[in-house]
Amino acid sequence: MVRRLIPILLGLMVLGIVTAIAAAMLLFLGQDWEDALFWLFATVMIGAAILVVTMRDIIRCGLAMIVCFGVLAGIYVIIGAPLIAAAQVIVYIGAISVLILFAIMLTQTKDAPSRLVFQTQAVPAAIASVVIAVVIALAIAATDWGEAAKRIRLATDAMSSELFDSYLLPFEIVSVLLLAAVIGGVYLAKRERGGPS
Amino acid sequence: MTDSLDAYLILSGMLFAIGSFGFLARRNAISMLMSIELMLNGVNLAIVAFGAFGGSVAMAAQGSIVALMVMAVAAAEATVGLAIVIAIYRNKRTPLVDEYDSMRQ
Repeated sequence: MVRRLIPILLGLMVLGIVTAIAAAMLLFLGQDWEDALFWLFATVMIGAAILVVTMRDIIRCGLAMIVCFGVLAGIYVIIGAPLIAAAQVIVYIGAISVLILFAIMLTQTKDAPSRLVFQTQAVPAAIASVVIAVVIALAIAATDWGEAAKRIRLATDAMSSELFDSYLLPFEIVSVLLLAAVIGGVYLAKRERGGPS
Repeated sequence: MTDSLDAYLILSGMLFAIGSFGFLARRNAISMLMSIELMLNGVNLAIVAFGAFGGSVAMAAQGSIVALMVMAVAAAEATVGLAIVIAIYRNKRTPLVDEYDSMRQ
């Protein structure tokens, strides 16, 4: 019982430390709310993403993925795109996470060797992903973005008038694509009559 | 920190790298799909950040619209991908991708 509580306590401790750093940034370093919240959200998001790809129990991976997506919605709010944040919550947390959790429950087997989580190429994969992250960070740091310094907070009416004025055809095409994907998913996952089990 | 484009782009690059590690290293097919979702989220964050720092309201609106389209396509991809995984699981009785070797010579 106590051993099960250890990861939870550890996670709460890390969260408390990050929150304390955010509060210190807010109080002593004179930064505003957005910086503190961005620091908090970014740390929780990267931590949850690392938990998604490294944890052993796949149900917990799914739950960590929900945390990661929810915190990313908070980052969208900080950027100034509240409609994207709402869509993130509805689409990712509401739909895709539930779909993935159902698929996990449908494909869990007791006899599957759950000890080996990673492939044999896990170490080269880790090196490759670290190299990807470093190259992206170096490229971003080396690029001069010009005078794109001011962040624009997007009002929802401006975005929706643009969406239903200039981008109406892609919108409709995406809706047809979603319909086709739903029909294809139902057809693929349907149990065949007379088939195996 | 939040007034510079670099912070958001580095964050999205880290998310993309973590997702690529999960895609390359995990054995479970559903874990690989979850890693693909992480990578798509990283790219989406980069798109929204570029739009928000683009300098005009029209640019911000276009960034948000492209991000919405990416979300819809990601939902379609998750639907079809999970249906394929469930269909394979029904035949093979395992979700581990390194045991799907019936097409190997």
